[in-house]
Amino acid sequence: MSSSLERSRKIRTAGIYAFFVIGCIVMIFPFVWMFLTSFKTVEESMMIPPDILPKSWQLKNFTDAMASLPFLALYKNTALMVFWRVVCAVVFSSMAGYAFAKLKFKGKNVLFSLVLIQMMLPSQIFITPQYQMLAKLGLTNTVFALVFPGIVSAFGTFFLRQAYLGIPDEIAEAAYLDGCNQWQTFVKVMAPLTKASMAALAVFTAVFAYGDLMWPLIVNTDLNMMTLSSGLATLRGQFSTNFPVMMAGSLLAMIPMVVLYLFFQKQFIEGVAMTGGK
Amino acid sequence: MENINAKASRRAKSESRWAYLMVAPTVIGLLVLNIYPFLDTIKLSFSKTRPFGLYELRGLENYIEMFSSAEFWRANLNTLYFCVLTVPIGLFLSLVVAVMLNAKIKGRTAFRAIFFLPMVVAPAAVAMVWKWMFNTEYGIINTLLHSKINWITDPNIVMVTCAIVAVWSAIGYDAVLLLSGLQNISKSYYEAASLDGATKLQQFFHITLPMVSPTLFVVMIMRLMSSIKVYDLIYMLVEESNPALNKAQSLMYLFYRESFVTGNRGLGSSVVIWTVALIGAVTAIQFWGQKKWVNYEV
Repeated sequence: MSSSLERSRKIRTAGIYAFFVIGCIVMIFPFVWMFLTSFKTVEESMMIPPDILPKSWQLKNFTDAMASLPFLALYKNTALMVFWRVVCAVVFSSMAGYAFAKLKFKGKNVLFSLVLIQMMLPSQIFITPQYQMLAKLGLTNTVFALVFPGIVSAFGTFFLRQAYLGIPDEIAEAAYLDGCNQWQTFVKVMAPLTKASMAALAVFTAVFAYGDLMWPLIVNTDLNMMTLSSGLATLRGQFSTNFPVMMAGSLLAMIPMVVLYLFFQKQFIEGVAMTGGK
Repeated sequence: MENINAKASRRAKSESRWAYLMVAPTVIGLLVLNIYPFLDTIKLSFSKTRPFGLYELRGLENYIEMFSSAEFWRANLNTLYFCVLTVPIGLFLSLVVAVMLNAKIKGRTAFRAIFFLPMVVAPAAVAMVWKWMFNTEYGIINTLLHSKINWITDPNIVMVTCAIVAVWSAIGYDAVLLLSGLQNISKSYYEAASLDGATKLQQFFHITLPMVSPTLFVVMIMRLMSSIKVYDLIYMLVEESNPALNKAQSLMYLFYRESFVTGNRGLGSSVVIWTVALIGAVTAIQFWGQKKWVNYEV
């Protein structure tokens, strides 16, 4: 009896492993193929049947991709966009989230309803007027333009308000009695207690800013002011038949985030799970 | 007594002063970046573009033009087709992955990380590699299948191709969300069921599925909304010169092209307003329908 149970458990475990091995191949193979193709010559990439490995690992595709796209500028623009969007989202949302959760003031519900309205509307409904504002001010093709729609985050405000609601009022009260004013209570006592939520919001904001395509494509048309995503879209147009160069470009575009992911894998997944499971 | 009252009212005053200061950046930002643009988009949808960035109110002209455009209805059908292809299969596969990840086995963290990987790669890069793998002449997929399918240029197949890439991209993300729902199910249910002799499959249908249904509902709403708004993957896979564009163009792709390629922002705004209404309607239907299958009992 117990040995047959044992056997059926073993079979089940083997089945789960088989599932994961197949699943992981499906998930990873595209990236492996991207990597291998990026070192091949065009002729090699067009061989039928294809060789798995490149004959010689040559870097020409990378130099070609970098010659047609200013990758250093793209890295810089993307990094600055992600950085400022994360800073703005975390700082402003913390402030507003704390006030909405813990402070009494007139008009709170009306002001909070602005947050809820924004969350219900898809971002595309704001895009045309946002673009026109920037165009009128002559601010297209700037880093500011890339950050612009992300200066405030309604989702972040909502999310951090939830975090502050989970902290007992007594803690703020104790800080107040110790002589902290509201700002000191917030910065020194309350905000540090929401570290995990702030980190989750930062990850969430970074991942989505990094992948954003439509906005950078619209607002920054100058090649030197593009992001990695919109730059790739341009490369696609230029090298529509030269797949090794496109793979090299894609690889260059994905490396920074993947490296971060390798180091902070747990924070990435938990951050997204926290923000998504709301 | 008076002294205490005065102190309390001074405190309340200072509290609300701080509160206004602290919500100010967000409130001003929302007004400038979201509320005004929202109203402006509505206005634009009733206007025609004139040279020099001017607009002229034209009543329902854009909407009439939109509703009589075959391309617009095609985009609706394409978007619907995309949702039908991606949401049920995507949810099913994500749930399977989540259940597997919930099993007590070695290496589950690594498996989870691998399934999640496409999330941290920009959709633009994801689309590029799939475009290469789906290439008709030299793509690895046709080579492996010994086929000559025009994955990206055949109008009847292109949406299936986009759906495959979309499901592949989202599976890990949805599985992570569902996994957190699964982990909230108390072990005692399973123990009781095993004692009663329930098989694993019975346990799945009678315990796991009802207990995870609230999470499943949230993930479904989220996935449905983002499928209606799909743009980036399709834009990268199907360029504007692609003969299959008409059968792949989603509503947001049409919005992008009308507003920023053709420069007809009025019509583009009508398309986006229509899409918002559509999302609202679909979400309302989902919330109404959830009573039939979502279990909030426990």
